[in-house]
Amino acid sequence: MLECTPQTITERSAGKINPAKTCQPIGAMYAALGIHKCLPHSHGSQGCCSYHRMHLTRHFRDPIMATTSSFTEGACVFGGGANLKTAIKNVFAIYDPDVMAIHTTCLTETIGDDIPSIISSAEIPAGKLVIHTNTPSYVGSHITGFANMTKGMVNYLAESDGKPKKEQVNLLPGFVNPGDMLEIKRLVKAMGIKFIMFPDTSGVVDSPMTGEYVMYPSGGAKVEDIRDSGNSKLTLALGSFASTDPAHQLERKCKVPALTLKTPIGIKATDELLMALRQSFVQEIPAELATERGQLVDVMTDTHFHFHGKKVAIFGDPDVVIALTEFVLSLGMVPIHVLTGTPGNAFEKKVNAMLLEAGVSARVKAEGDLFELHQWLKHEPVDLLIGNTYGKYIARAEDIPLVRIGFPVLDRSVHSYLPVVGYKGAMRIIEMISNALLDRADRDAKDEDFELVM
Amino acid sequence: MVNEQAIAARTASIKTKGQQKQQVACDTDSVAGAVSQRACVYSGARVVLNPITDAVHLVHGPIGCASYTWDIRGSLSSGSELYRNSFSTDLQEEDVIFGGEKKLVSSIDELVSKYQPELVFVYSTCIVGVIGDDLQAVCKAAEKKHNIRIIPVQSSGFAGNKSAGYRAACDALLKIMPNEGPVEQKGNTVNYLGDFNLAGEIWIIKDYLKRIGIEVNATFTGDSSYRTLQRAPQAALNIMQCAGSMAYLAQRMEDIYAIPYLRVSFLGLTDTAASLRSIAASFSDPMLAHRTEALIATETATINRQLEAYRTKFKGKKAAIFVGGGFKAISLIKQFRELNIEVVMIGTQTGKQEDYAVMQELVNDGTVILDDANPAELEKFMVEKGANILVGGVKERPLAYKLGVAFIDHNHDRKHPLSGFVGAVNFAQEVYSTLCSPVWHYV
Ligand code: SF4
Ligand code: SF4
Repeated sequence: MLECTPQTITERSAGKINPAKTCQPIGAMYAALGIHKCLPHSHGSQGCCSYHRMHLTRHFRDPIMATTSSFTEGACVFGGGANLKTAIKNVFAIYDPDVMAIHTTCLTETIGDDIPSIISSAEIPAGKLVIHTNTPSYVGSHITGFANMTKGMVNYLAESDGKPKKEQVNLLPGFVNPGDMLEIKRLVKAMGIKFIMFPDTSGVVDSPMTGEYVMYPSGGAKVEDIRDSGNSKLTLALGSFASTDPAHQLERKCKVPALTLKTPIGIKATDELLMALRQSFVQEIPAELATERGQLVDVMTDTHFHFHGKKVAIFGDPDVVIALTEFVLSLGMVPIHVLTGTPGNAFEKKVNAMLLEAGVSARVKAEGDLFELHQWLKHEPVDLLIGNTYGKYIARAEDIPLVRIGFPVLDRSVHSYLPVVGYKGAMRIIEMISNALLDRADRDAKDEDFELVM
Repeated sequence: MVNEQAIAARTASIKTKGQQKQQVACDTDSVAGAVSQRACVYSGARVVLNPITDAVHLVHGPIGCASYTWDIRGSLSSGSELYRNSFSTDLQEEDVIFGGEKKLVSSIDELVSKYQPELVFVYSTCIVGVIGDDLQAVCKAAEKKHNIRIIPVQSSGFAGNKSAGYRAACDALLKIMPNEGPVEQKGNTVNYLGDFNLAGEIWIIKDYLKRIGIEVNATFTGDSSYRTLQRAPQAALNIMQCAGSMAYLAQRMEDIYAIPYLRVSFLGLTDTAASLRSIAASFSDPMLAHRTEALIATETATINRQLEAYRTKFKGKKAAIFVGGGFKAISLIKQFRELNIEVVMIGTQTGKQEDYAVMQELVNDGTVILDDANPAELEKFMVEKGANILVGGVKERPLAYKLGVAFIDHNHDRKHPLSGFVGAVNFAQEVYSTLCSPVWHYV
C-alpha cells in the first residue's frame, strides 16, 4: 500500500498524508469518561460523535457512550442553542447521568455557539451538573482536547475552601490507558499518600464482564473528589501536553502548586515521580517499590546487550513519545526518528535535549505525519518501530518489527488493561521490545546461527 | 437502566409484531441528546466511494474526519492500493477564518504530483459548508490544470444523514461516466452495484456469474477503478445488492443509459439462488437458465451437507439483528431461518418504510422491530427477548459481549466473505464459533 512513498523528502505545506493525530473532541470525550457517572456530549452533527465513539470502542473494546446535539441545516443557520437545550433536557431525562460533559466540534466552533450562556439558560435538574469545554479540531489534536476537558473539570468543579492545604496530591495522568492510571494509583497508594486522580477512566472503559450492562460503571473520579482537588497541597501534571494546562488552571483558581513531570514511562520518569512525591510528603520509598525498581534494573542489565545500538523510530502522542524516547535511550537504543502529529515546539525541544545529552543525532518533528516518517525510514532504516496501530503499514512496507504502544491500538487486545507506566510497565515494555527483536532474529537466522539460548 | 420515558419518546420508532397497527417511523433525524448510532452525510459518501482503488480520496476539513475513516473498511483490491491511504487538508484556525481554498488547491497539486492519479475525490465536511469554500470551482480549475478528473463530493455532514451521503456519492459516480446516453451495450454483461468487496465478496459473485455465462462489466464500488467505472454504461443490466446506497444510481443509469436494474441479494442460500435465477431470466439466452440451475444444484448439494450439522447445533437459539440497511436485515432474517435460528429483534439505521413492511411480513409474532435504536433499547429488547446472538456493527460488539451475548460483525469489520453459497457456510461457521464458544460458560 505504501509502495508509492517517494524517498526524496520535499518540504510539504499542504495537508496531511496518513495522519499521526486526530481531533480534539475524541480526547475530550475520553477525558469525560474519567468522571464517575458522567455522560460525554458532543455538540455538533451526529457524524462526529459516531466516529469518536467508534474509534474509542475499537481501542478499548468496551461500549463507549456519548450523546450528540444532532445538528441539522437549520441549527447551522440559526445557531445550535435550541439543539443543545433540548439535548440537555433529554440527556438527564433519558440517561440520567450525574454529570453531562459537553465538548464542541469544528462545526459549532465555527458557527460560534456560546456554550456557557446556553448552559446557563438551560433547565438542569437539581443536583445534576453540566460542564463544558471548547474543542475546535483545527487547533491542536486529540491530546489538546483531553487537556481542555480536564481543564473544564477544574473550571467547573475544583474549589478551595480557603483552609490550609490538605496532605494530599492531585494526579493528572494524561491521555493514557486505564491500566496505566491504575498502576499510577497503585504506586502512590504504596507510598501511603492520599491522592485525587482525575480524569480516571479505570473502572469505566475496562469494566469487568458481569453479564449485565451498566451504563455507568463503578469507576471514574468522583465529583466531590475533583471538587476537593482545590484543597490539595500539590498537583502533579503527568505529561506536559495533556496535563500542564489544567494543572496551571488549578494553580490559578485554587492556589494549588503545580509540578509537571513526564508520563512515568521508563525507569527515570518513574523515579522522578516517586522522588517528587517523597519530597513533598516526606515519606520513605516503601520497600515494596524499591524491590520492584531493583527487579527492573536487574532485567535491564540481563538484557541490555540485546538492545544496545539498535536503531528505533518512535511516533505517537507527544507525552508518551517523550517518555519512551528517554526510556529507550536508557536501554542503550538509538532513537533516530522521533515524531508526533500533535503541534507544539516544546516537543522538539524536549526530545532534542535528551538526544543531545545522549549524543544521538536524530530527526525530530512535531506536527508530522506518517508519510514523512516513512520517508525518513527509507532514508535511514531502523531495527524497530514503536507506535500505534497505524505504524503497521510502514512496518510491513519496510519489513521492520512494530511494538504497539499508544493510541489507538486497533488490531491487538489487552493493551488497555496492562500498564506501560511505572517499574512494572517498564518491565513490560522491555518484554515487548525484546520479544519483537528476538522473534525477528530467530526468524531471520541462518540454520547455523539459530540458537536455543539468547 | 432504561428510563420508561426514554422508550416513550421513541414509541413511534419501535414496534412489536402483532401488537400495533401503525408502521415503524423511520428515516427521521435523531433526537438531540440521544446516543444515536447514526453517522453523517460524509460518512455515507465515504463508505460508498472509498473502495474505488486508484483514486485519491482527499478530505477537505479538519483532521478528524479523515483520521476516523482511514482504511476502516475491509474492501479488497485486486489492483491499486492507493485508496487505503488517508489524505486530509488538515484545516487550521487561519484556514477557518480566511477560507481553506488555497490550502485545498495546494493539497491537490501536491497529491497529483506525488501519486499521479487519474481520479481525485474531494470530500467536503461540515465546516467547509459553513466557511463557504467553493469546492466546485476549485475542483474545476484543478481538473483543467492537471488534466485529470477531480470530483467534488458534496458531503457536508449536517445536511442530512448517511442516506444523503449515499446520494452525494452516487452523484459523484455519475460524473465519472460519459454524460450522454444511451451507449451501445454489450450482450451478456452486468454491472454489479452495492457490493464493496468486503473480504473479497465480489470475487465470489463474479465467479458464479462467469460460470453461468455472464460477464461482470463494472462493480460499484468494490475493487473498482477509474477505468472500469468509466465503461459502466456498456452493461446490459445493473444488478444491485445494497439498495440503500445504490438505488438512486441505478435509477439514474436507467434514465440516462436505459440500463434496467434488478435488486439482488447474495446473503443466504434462498436469496442467492433466487437472485441468480432472476439475473439469468433477464437475458434472452436460454442456456443461462440452464447453467444457473446446474450451478445452484452443485453448490447447494455441497453446502447443505455442511449446513445440516450447524442446524442441529443451533436449534432453539434466538438472534437479534441491528444493521445499517433494510435489505440486508431482510436477508438476514431468511438466513437465520435457514440455520434454524429464530429472529426476535430486528432494527436498522437507515431502513425505509417498504423494508420495514417486508420485515414485518417475515418475522414471527412478538418480534421487536425498531428504527435507529440506541444502546439502551438494544439492551432492553435483547434481554427481554432472550437473544443469544447479535448481528451488528463496531459499536454494538462490546455491548453484546457485556451482556454475555454472542456477536457477529456484518459490517466493515467482517473477516470472512458472507456472500453466496460459500458465504452461507462461512456465516454459519462464524455464528457457530461465537454462539458455541466455551467462553460464555464463564460469564
Ligand atoms: S468535524 Fe471536527 S470534530 Fe468532527 S470529526 Fe471532523 S475534525 Fe473531528
Ligand atoms: S464534521 Fe461533519 S462531516 Fe465530519 S464527521 Fe462530523 S458530521 Fe461528519
